[in-house]
Amino acid sequence: MNTSRRDFIRIGGQSAFILALGFSVTGKAKTLQKVTALGVEINPYIIINEAGKVTIFNPRPDMGQGTYQSLPMLIAEELEIPLEKIDIQMTDGSARFGSQMSGGSSSVRTRWIPMRTAGAAVKEMLLQAGANRWKVSITDCYAKDGFIINRVSNAKLSYGELVEEASKLPVPQKPRLKTWSEFTQLGKKSFRPDVTSKVDGTAIFGMDVKLPGMLYASIVHSPTIYGKVKSFSADKAMGVKGVRFVLKTERNFYHGPFSPDVELNQKARAKSEAIAVVAESYWSALKGKKLVQAAWSSEGAAESATSQYFNAAKAKAQSEGATYKDAAVGDFAKALQLSDYKIQATYQTPFMAHAPMEPCNATVFVQDGKVEVWAPVQGPDGLVAELAGYLGFKPENVKINVTFLGGAFGRKAYYDYVLEAAHISRQVNAPVKVIWTREEDIQQGPFRPGMISAMQGGIDNQGNVLAFEHRLNGASIMANVFKADMRGKIDPWAGEGISLEDSPYAFPARRNSFNWVDPQMPILWWRSVYASTNVFAQECFMDELAHEGEKDPLDLRLHLLKDSPRFVAVLNKLAEISDYRAKRKAGKSIGIAIARSFASIAAHAFVVEKQGAGVKISQIYAVIDCGFAVNPDNIVAQMQSNLVYGLSATIKNEITRNHGVIEQSNFHDYAVLRQGEIPDAVIHVMQNEEEPGGVGEPGLPPVAPALCNAIFLATGKRVRTLPLDLSSI
Amino acid sequence: MGIKKWTMPTYQLTINAKKHRVDVDSDTPLLWVIRDEIGYTGTKFGCGMGLCGACTVLLNGQPIRSCSTPVSAVKLTDKVTTIEGLSAGNAVQEAWIEAQVPQCGYCQSGQILAASALLASNATPSDEDIDNAMAGNICRCGTYPLMRQAIHAAAAKIQKTKKA
Repeated sequence: MNTSRRDFIRIGGQSAFILALGFSVTGKAKTLQKVTALGVEINPYIIINEAGKVTIFNPRPDMGQGTYQSLPMLIAEELEIPLEKIDIQMTDGSARFGSQMSGGSSSVRTRWIPMRTAGAAVKEMLLQAGANRWKVSITDCYAKDGFIINRVSNAKLSYGELVEEASKLPVPQKPRLKTWSEFTQLGKKSFRPDVTSKVDGTAIFGMDVKLPGMLYASIVHSPTIYGKVKSFSADKAMGVKGVRFVLKTERNFYHGPFSPDVELNQKARAKSEAIAVVAESYWSALKGKKLVQAAWSSEGAAESATSQYFNAAKAKAQSEGATYKDAAVGDFAKALQLSDYKIQATYQTPFMAHAPMEPCNATVFVQDGKVEVWAPVQGPDGLVAELAGYLGFKPENVKINVTFLGGAFGRKAYYDYVLEAAHISRQVNAPVKVIWTREEDIQQGPFRPGMISAMQGGIDNQGNVLAFEHRLNGASIMANVFKADMRGKIDPWAGEGISLEDSPYAFPARRNSFNWVDPQMPILWWRSVYASTNVFAQECFMDELAHEGEKDPLDLRLHLLKDSPRFVAVLNKLAEISDYRAKRKAGKSIGIAIARSFASIAAHAFVVEKQGAGVKISQIYAVIDCGFAVNPDNIVAQMQSNLVYGLSATIKNEITRNHGVIEQSNFHDYAVLRQGEIPDAVIHVMQNEEEPGGVGEPGLPPVAPALCNAIFLATGKRVRTLPLDLSSI
Repeated sequence: MGIKKWTMPTYQLTINAKKHRVDVDSDTPLLWVIRDEIGYTGTKFGCGMGLCGACTVLLNGQPIRSCSTPVSAVKLTDKVTTIEGLSAGNAVQEAWIEAQVPQCGYCQSGQILAASALLASNATPSDEDIDNAMAGNICRCGTYPLMRQAIHAAAAKIQKTKKA
C-alpha cells in the first residue's frame, strides 16, 4: 500500500504531500480507501496537506438549505477541527463522487454516517501516527483543533506534520464514532461559512460568472411551451448594437412528445424550438430578443389548458385507481358499506412555478470535444450524464463548476437551460451565458403538478372513523421525468406524505390509490413535492371527519395516532405552545395539521380571526421532530422558510394555462409573500437522539391544511381548492 | 456574420465613491452597467420590472431599482452605492451576520441596502416602518423574521454607538 510521492502530487492538483481519504464507489460495498495509486477511483471527501490545510469536498449543492455547512461539519466534528479552518470545495459531477444531488431533503440523513466515518478514520490515522512518533499508546493521544496531543508529555503535533506518516497507515474500516454527548459542533449554534459572502456581495452565483470572451444569450421561447418556429426575422435584432448572432436553438424536455403511442413517449424526448440572440452584453441580447419577429406553429400539447387537465382528473377520480400497498389496511369498500355515515370531498391544488430569486442561467463552453459548465445546478452528476448524452461526449470530458444557487426549490434539477447554453456555445464557438428572464421562469416550467384528491370516509354513530380513502388523480413525475409507463399503475413517489409511515392514523380500513393523468406540461419536483398537495387534502379531510363525528380535531388525531409516540409528542408540544385548548373569542379559531415527510414530522397551528368578508392570520405555531438537530438555528430558519413558501402557495399564487399559454408572467400576477404579510411564527424543534431526518421540506405540507382548518372553525366555510383569497372566504 | 463595430455614447458615473466611464446605449439599465461593465456583481437581476428588489442600489442614499433605471438618468454628481460600497463593519451587515439571515443569499444585497436606507432616515423603526420600507424586496427563502430581527438589532447598536 506504499504510495509514491509523485502519485499524491498528481491527484487533486495539490502541490504538497497529501492524505486523501474517501470511499471507493467502484465495488459493491463502499469501503474507505486512501488515494494509493493513480487510477484508483475514490471520491476524496477529505484532503490534508503538509501545511495542515484541510479540504473537504462537498457533494451537495447549496440552494439556501444549508448544505454548504452541514455536510462538511459532519466530517469536521469527527476530525476534531473547527469548521472555519476548513476549505470547502463543491464536487464537479464526476462519477467517483457518487450521488451529488441536493433533493428530497436527503443530504444530512443519507450522509450522516458515511461522512462522519470518513472524518473519524482520518482522525484515527493521525492519532496512530502521533503515537508512533512518540512511541506511546494511541490511547495516550487525543485530537483537538487540528493537533494531535500527547496526554503524558503535553507535546503536540499538527495534522500537517503527521500527514505523511498517517497516509502510510492502513485505513480503519470501522473507526469509533463520537457519541451524542461528545459532539462539540453538531447540535450547537454555529455560524454558516457562506453567510459573510452573502452579506457583503462577494458570493458567486451562476448569474455572476464571467469568462474571457464570453457572449450573452437571451432566448425567445415558444409562447405555448411546445411550439415550433415556422419563420423568423432577425433583421431588427441584428441592428441592435452589440448583437452578434441571431440563431435557431432548441429546448429539450425530459418527457416524451405526449403521443398516444406510449412506447414513443418512452423512447423520444419532446423538444421545442427557440431563437437565441447572442450579444456582447446581456442588455444587448435582451433588446435584440424583443425585436425578433417569429411565427410559431402550435399543435397538440402546445394547445392544452390546465382546465382540461383538471376536468380529466376529476373524471378519472370516479374510478378506483391502482392501490398503494404502503397504505393498504383492511377492506375499505366493506368498511365504508358498514359505516353509519359516509363523507365525500374533492380537493384541488394548482400547478406552481418555483420562482427562485435567481432565474435559470448557465455559462457553458463547448470546445474540442470537451464541455465545461459554470452554473447553479442541484446535481452536477446528473448534469454530466445529461450533457454527455446530449453532446455525444464521454462523461470524463464534461466538467461542472457548481456555484451557489440563488434558490431552486427543485427547479434547478432540470437542466434544460444548461443544454440550451451548450447548444448555442457549440454554434458560436465561444463561452455563452444564457440568462432566462423572470417571464420565462414563470411561463416555461417545469411546474409542480396540480392534483385532484378525491376523499371518502366512513364513521360510526359514535364518531369513530371506520374507513378512509385518498384517491390521487393527476400527473406523474415518474412518467414525465423518468418515462415510466403509468397506465394502471401507481407512481410510488406520488403517495408521499400519506403512506402508513407518513400518516400513521390507525384506521380499521384504509386505501390510497392513483389515477394517472397526462399533464401535457413539463412537471417536476417542487419543495416537498406530492406531500405539498396530498397533505392538504389528507389533513383537511381529517378535520371534516372530526366535524361530522363531533370530535375535537386534536383529540381525534391523538386517538388515532396513539401507537405512534413521536407523532403524539409533536401534537402535544404543538398544543402546549399554541395554548390549543384555551377559550378563544367568537370568530377566532385555531386549526392544526400534522404530517411526516422526508423522514421528519412537522405539525402547525394557525390562529385566524374573522375580518370583513375574510380572515386574518393572527398567530402561527410550528413544531418539527427531525431527529437529532444537527444545526438547530438552521432548522428554525428552514421552518420559517417553509411557512413563507408554503403560505405563498396557499394564499397568493397559481399557474394556469389556456390555449397553451401560461397566464401569469412576473411577480405582479404571480405574487409571493412580502415582509409584513406573515406573522412571525413560534417554532419549536423537538430534542431527541433519533437519526436525523430531512429539514428543507417537511415544514411545508402542514401549512395549507392548518390554515384551512382554522378558517373552517372560524367561518364555517370549507376551502377545498387552492389558492384561496384571505380577504374573501 | 463578422464582428461588427459600434459606437456607443459615453456615460460617467460615480459608483461607490469612484468615477467610472462606460460606453453603453442610453437605455441600458443601471443594473447591467454595474454588473457587466463595471463588475460589481453583488447587485442582482431578479425580475427586470422593479417588482422584486434584488437589483436595489442606493442613489444619493435612496433605494432605487437599478433594473428599471436607465444609465442616462444617472448624473456624475449622483452617488450610487452598491453592496460593495457599504463601509466595512457597518452595523447592518454585522447584525445580518449575527442573526445568520441569508439562506440562498441572492436577494440579500438588495435587502441590506433597503435596510441601510431605512435606518439612515429612521433611527428607531417600528415593525410597521420595517414592513413598509422592506415591502419592495422579495425573499423566496422567507428570511423575513430574521431580517426584522437584524434591523432592530442594528438600530439598537447604532443608538448605543451614538450615545457612547
